Amino acid sequence: MSRRYELPDISQPGKVGYSLPTLDMPAAELPPAEMLRSDLALPEVSEAELVRYFTHLSKLNYGIDTGFYPLGSCTMKYNPKWHEDVARLPGFASIHPFQPAGSVQGALRLMFELQAYLAEITGMDGVSLAPLAGAQGELASILMVKAYHRKDSARSKILVPDSAHGTNPATGTMGGFEVVSVPSDDKGDVDLGKLESIMDENVAALTLTLPNTLGLFDTRIGKISQLVHDKGALLCGDGANLNSLVGKARFGDMGFDCVQLNLHKTFSTPHGGGGPGSGPVCARAVLTEFLPSPVVAKDGEEYRLASPASSIGILGAAYGNFGVMVRAYAYIRTLGAAGLREVSENAVINANYLKEKLKPYYHLPYDRPCMHEIVFSGKRQKTQGVRALDIAKRLLDFGFHPPTVYFPIIVDEAIMVEPTESESKATLDSFIDAMKQIAREAEENPEMLHSAPHHTPVRRLDEAKAARQPDLRWRMGNDKERAGTA
Amino acid sequence: MPSPYLPNTDADRAAMLRDIGVSDVEELFQDIPREFRSASFDLPRPSSEPELKAEMRALSGLNANLDDYACFLGAGFYRHFIPSVVGHMIGRSEFYTAYTPYQAEVSQGTLQTTYEYQSLVCQLTGMEVSNAGMYDGSTAAAEAALMANRLTERDRISVLSTVNPRYREVIETYARGHDLVLEDVPPGLEHLSPDSACLIVQQPSFLGCLEDLGECARKSHGLGALLIVITYPVSLGMLRPPSDYGADIVVGEGQSLGSPISFGGPVLGLFACRREYLRQIPGRIVGKTTDVEGSPGYVLTLATREQHIRRERATSNICTNEALIALAAAVYLAALGKAGLRRVAELCYHKAHYAASKISGLKGYSLVYQQPFFNEFAVRCPAPPARINRALFENGVIGGLDLSGTVENGMLLCVTELNTRQQIDRLIEVLARFQMESENEPSL
Repeated sequence: MSRRYELPDISQPGKVGYSLPTLDMPAAELPPAEMLRSDLALPEVSEAELVRYFTHLSKLNYGIDTGFYPLGSCTMKYNPKWHEDVARLPGFASIHPFQPAGSVQGALRLMFELQAYLAEITGMDGVSLAPLAGAQGELASILMVKAYHRKDSARSKILVPDSAHGTNPATGTMGGFEVVSVPSDDKGDVDLGKLESIMDENVAALTLTLPNTLGLFDTRIGKISQLVHDKGALLCGDGANLNSLVGKARFGDMGFDCVQLNLHKTFSTPHGGGGPGSGPVCARAVLTEFLPSPVVAKDGEEYRLASPASSIGILGAAYGNFGVMVRAYAYIRTLGAAGLREVSENAVINANYLKEKLKPYYHLPYDRPCMHEIVFSGKRQKTQGVRALDIAKRLLDFGFHPPTVYFPIIVDEAIMVEPTESESKATLDSFIDAMKQIAREAEENPEMLHSAPHHTPVRRLDEAKAARQPDLRWRMGNDKERAGTA
Repeated sequence: MPSPYLPNTDADRAAMLRDIGVSDVEELFQDIPREFRSASFDLPRPSSEPELKAEMRALSGLNANLDDYACFLGAGFYRHFIPSVVGHMIGRSEFYTAYTPYQAEVSQGTLQTTYEYQSLVCQLTGMEVSNAGMYDGSTAAAEAALMANRLTERDRISVLSTVNPRYREVIETYARGHDLVLEDVPPGLEHLSPDSACLIVQQPSFLGCLEDLGECARKSHGLGALLIVITYPVSLGMLRPPSDYGADIVVGEGQSLGSPISFGGPVLGLFACRREYLRQIPGRIVGKTTDVEGSPGYVLTLATREQHIRRERATSNICTNEALIALAAAVYLAALGKAGLRRVAELCYHKAHYAASKISGLKGYSLVYQQPFFNEFAVRCPAPPARINRALFENGVIGGLDLSGTVENGMLLCVTELNTRQQIDRLIEVLARFQMESENEPSL
C-alpha cells in the first residue's frame, strides 16, 4: 500500500515559491480591521519542490502525446505543437476584451475569418464564436429555438433521439422544454414511423447528432428534415461528430437550422484534461438574428463587435474562448479545404479498418459502413462473465487509453472506438492485436480481465466509497482546527 | 500533398481499403444521400508552418498587448504576475493533451491536481466544498442562480445593482431558459423581494467598492434567500473571505489566478458552496478514495448529478470544467502560497490607493465613491473618458473602462502589482493635461 502525498504534506512554514517586487510608493491606510482576514491557510512550498510535485503528477496521466486515445465521441486527435506557441504570443494571450476595438483589430480579424470558415464548412449563413464549450453551444441553439417560437408558447417539447449524448436532453431542460426521446430503428437510424407519430405542433425542435453516436450517418436525413419542418419545428444539429463530414456534407445543405461545433474536437485544439473547449453555433438565415452576442462584423476595413438584432444575449463575460479560436484558425489555415477533406476521409478509413478487423471478435450491432467511429457490443464477452469495463481496464495494461464504454446507452455493453485520422495503420494494428488477445482472455482467463489493470499507477478505485463518503478536499491551518477534518 | 497530421501513406490507405473491402474511399460515404454530398467548399489555400506562423505573428502584432502597454483596465479581467512555473506545468502535454478523467487509473495527474484545486479554492473562499471549475465567473454566477432556484423553489433572482452588468446579462440569458424573473436591487437593499431565491452581490463591487456583506447576509437570510457572492480571488489574499459573512455560494472569475487575459477566454469559473448543497452542485467534482489494494487515489464522483448519467434531470448540461485553467490556478496558488497571495493583494491595494490619491488631487478629478476599495475605483473626469483614453493610448497606456453611460465622465481604473510607479506616474501626467478642461478649452 503506497502513500500519496498532497500539497499540505510538502508545505513547511517559511518556504516560498515566488519572488515579488517591494512596494516603491507610500503605503496606504488599510481598510477597517473587520474587513481583513486573519488567516490565509495556503501551502508554503519552494519552487523546486513545487515543480517536482506537479511533474510527478503529470507522469500519472495519459494524454494524446502518451499514446493511442480512441475515446469515442471525443475526437482525441493530435494537437499540433506550434499552435501552442502561436496562442501564447503576447498579441493574442495578453490582450483585454474591453480594450478599444481599434487596438485589437488583429484579434477581431481572426475571429471574423474563423466565423467565415465555419460558415463555409457547415453551409450556414451566420456564426457566433461566443459559446464557451460544446454544451454551451447546444444551450445557445436551444435558446435560439425558444426565441424563434416566442409567439408560440404551445411549442414546449424538444425531441432527442435515444442514441443522443446526455448533454442534448440536459440542454433541453435548461431551455425550459420538456424532453421527449425518439427511438432508433434496428438499423441505428431515427425510427421514422415513431418520429412521425410524435411530431406535432407542440414540438419546438428536434436535436440530431449527425453522424449519430453509433457512428452512423442517417440515410434519411432529408425525410427527417421535411417531417420536422412540415410541422413548423426547427432542426438543430449537434456537430460533435463533424470530424467525419468536413468537405463531404454540410449541415446547411441538409436542412439544419442551426448546429454547434466543437473546436476542441474537429479542429484539433487540446482538450486540457477537461477543457477549455469552444462551441461556436452556426445558424441558417432564419435564425441568425437570434445568435448569441457578440459576432464580429466588418465595416470597410474596420472590424467591430456587433450584437445580432434579436440576440439571445451574451454567454460569458467576454466573447468566447479566444485562445482556442487561435489554434482552430491555425489548423484550418494549415490544411485548407482539400486537407480538411482528407482528414475526414482518413478518420473514416481508420474507423472502418478497426470495424473490419475486430468484428470477428466483438459483436457488431450495426454492420454497415461507419463514419469516424465504430460501436461494438461486449455482449458476447458478457456471456463469459466479462464486462465492457473489464475490457477497458485490460486495455490499460497494453498501454492504450480505452474506448468510451456503456455509451451510447441503446447498445448493450457498448464499446465506442474513435481512432481519428491522426493514428497510423501500425498503431491501429497493435490496438487490434491487443483487442484480439483480450477477446481470447475473456474465454480462457476471465480473471485476468476482472483484476485489470495491473500495471497502472493505481488499481481499480472504489467509486462507491467516493460517492458514499465524499472526501473532496484537504484542510490546513486554522480552517482545519475550526472545521475538523471531515 | 503529405500532411504532418496524417501518418498513413498512400500505400497504407490502399492496404486498409483493400482489407475493408472497398475500392474507393467514397464507398465508405455511401450512406450520405447523393444530393447532400458537397461538391466543393471554399477556404484559403493551405499554408506551411513557417508561412502561417509569420502571418499569425503579424496578425497578433496588430493588437496592442498588455506587455507593451501600461494597463489600467480591469472590470472583471485582471493582469497579474504569472510565475513561469505555471506555464511550464500546464505546458506538460500529459496534462494538456488528456481529456476528462473517465479512466481514473491513468488520469491520476488530472484527478489529483483537481482535488488540489478544489481544496485551494475552499481554503481561499472559506467555503466547505468546491466543484472542479466552470466556464467563467459569469456563467458560474448564472449556474449559482439556477442552483438557488432548485434549492428554494423560488423563481425570483435578485441581483444587486452594483454587480458587473455583463454578469447580470449572462444570468439573464441563463434565466431565460427557466423563465426566472430577474430583479435589480438598488444599494440599501430595501427593495429586496420576500420571495427571492437568492441575492447576488459582488465583492468588491463592479465599481470597486467594498460592500457590506454582513448586511447582505442578514437581509437575504432573513427572507429565506441564499446569498451568492461573486468574489475576486486575489482580493482574498487580504480581505475576509465571504464564508465569514455567511455566504451560501461563492463564485468568481479565476483568471487572475495564474492565467493570461487572452481576450477574455479561456478563463475559469470558481464555484464553492456549503456542504449541504453538495448534490445540487453543477459540474464535475473529484473525490478521494482507495483502490482495491487500499492505496489512495482520486475519481470523478457524485456523477448522478451530471448530464451523462441523469440526462434531462441533470443539475446542468455542463461537461468540461476548464481543467487546464483550473490546473493553472492550483499551481499559481501553490507557488504564491500563504505569504505570496497576501503580498500580491497588498501590493494591489497600496498601488491603487497611491494612484487614486494622486488622481483625486488633480483639478477636475474626483473619486465617485467614498467607500473603501481594493484595487479598482471609479473616477469622475473633467473630459469624456473616450478622449482621455485616446490620449493615454498615444502615450503607451491603456486607460480605464469608460463608465460615461452610468456616471458622467466616469472612468473605472484598476491597478495591480504589475503596474510600476513609473507607469502610474505616466498615467497621472497624461490625466493632468485634461485637468483645466472644465474651465478652459482643451490644451490638446
